[in-house]
Amino acid sequence: MSTSPDGTAAAPWPLWEVFVRPKRGLSHTHAGSLHAPDAALALQNARDLFTRRQEGVSIWVVRASDITASSPDEKEPFFDPAGDKVYRHPTFYDIPPEAEHL
Amino acid sequence: MSEQTLLASASARYVTGLGDDALVLAQRLCEWATRAPVIEEDVALLNVALDLLGQARALLAYAGELEGGGRTEDDLAFGRDERAFRNCQLVELPNGDFATTMARQLLFSAYQYELYTALSASSDERISGVACKAVKEVAYHREHAASWVVRLGDGTEESHGRMVAGLETVWPFAGELFEPADAVEVADVVAAGIGCDPARLHRGWLAYVGAVLAEATVQIPSPGGWVPTGGRRGLHTESFGYLLAEMQHLHRSHPGATW
Repeated sequence: MSTSPDGTAAAPWPLWEVFVRPKRGLSHTHAGSLHAPDAALALQNARDLFTRRQEGVSIWVVRASDITASSPDEKEPFFDPAGDKVYRHPTFYDIPPEAEHL
Repeated sequence: MSEQTLLASASARYVTGLGDDALVLAQRLCEWATRAPVIEEDVALLNVALDLLGQARALLAYAGELEGGGRTEDDLAFGRDERAFRNCQLVELPNGDFATTMARQLLFSAYQYELYTALSASSDERISGVACKAVKEVAYHREHAASWVVRLGDGTEESHGRMVAGLETVWPFAGELFEPADAVEVADVVAAGIGCDPARLHRGWLAYVGAVLAEATVQIPSPGGWVPTGGRRGLHTESFGYLLAEMQHLHRSHPGATW
């Protein structure tokens, strides 16, 4: 946060979440967050903070306040019901020996 | 001396100037470390500095080879005195406030963009190699500086005032960037297709900088004022000695120190 010349604290910049696509064909993955006054600078900052070591080929920035997230309090009803449904994994097929790359 | 040797020593002078520009601005930008307005900008400024340092290393190493006296990039960076540095005075100017730093960066990165674009076609493979890589780096430096100049210039009354003041501080020093080749003793290098005539870079530079300043609602300072010069001939401003003292002191106190 910065302080303006008359001594009052300036409004802090909004928080942005950064998603980086590591290479073509892969999905964007959450890389971290940063502060920026607007979308263009958020993108520039994300480039400087999260792709300096060739981590990515594409960046998305999203205002953190625009993200609707699941609540930790709802964790059980949200996720536990999937726990005993192993048949949802595609592990019950016989794989023909000719298929090398499955 | 043979013509070949003369050309090599003119090339060495030319490449030293390019390398010194990058080295000295990298050193200045490093002064922002831990002091930028926000941590994101701290990293951004040092990224720019690191790009410039990489350019300086490649250029000064090559300048040492062209000289033929066995001097390394470190010898050139840390072993020369003020009068042997051939950087323009713009890059050695004190950082001032953030607006002044961004004004200086806009003028210099826009110049480097034109310069490296031209040098990508240099007849010297080593120079064109550095230029082809560096032009992408400076395209980003230029854009980064431009976005701040527009935000500050077209921002609040306070930020506009600071942007105008910053630009007026650094603007006169841009004149030196475009001094014709014969004025800075590199006419032979230009004639051989190794370097490019600085004067030819002015038009593209002004078109870019002018458009950014118009968007920033900042007027180009009126022409006809004082135009300092001399950096390419080893004449520097008062603050340059202090910069060199800080940059060189470790190497000079402990020659050959490594870690």
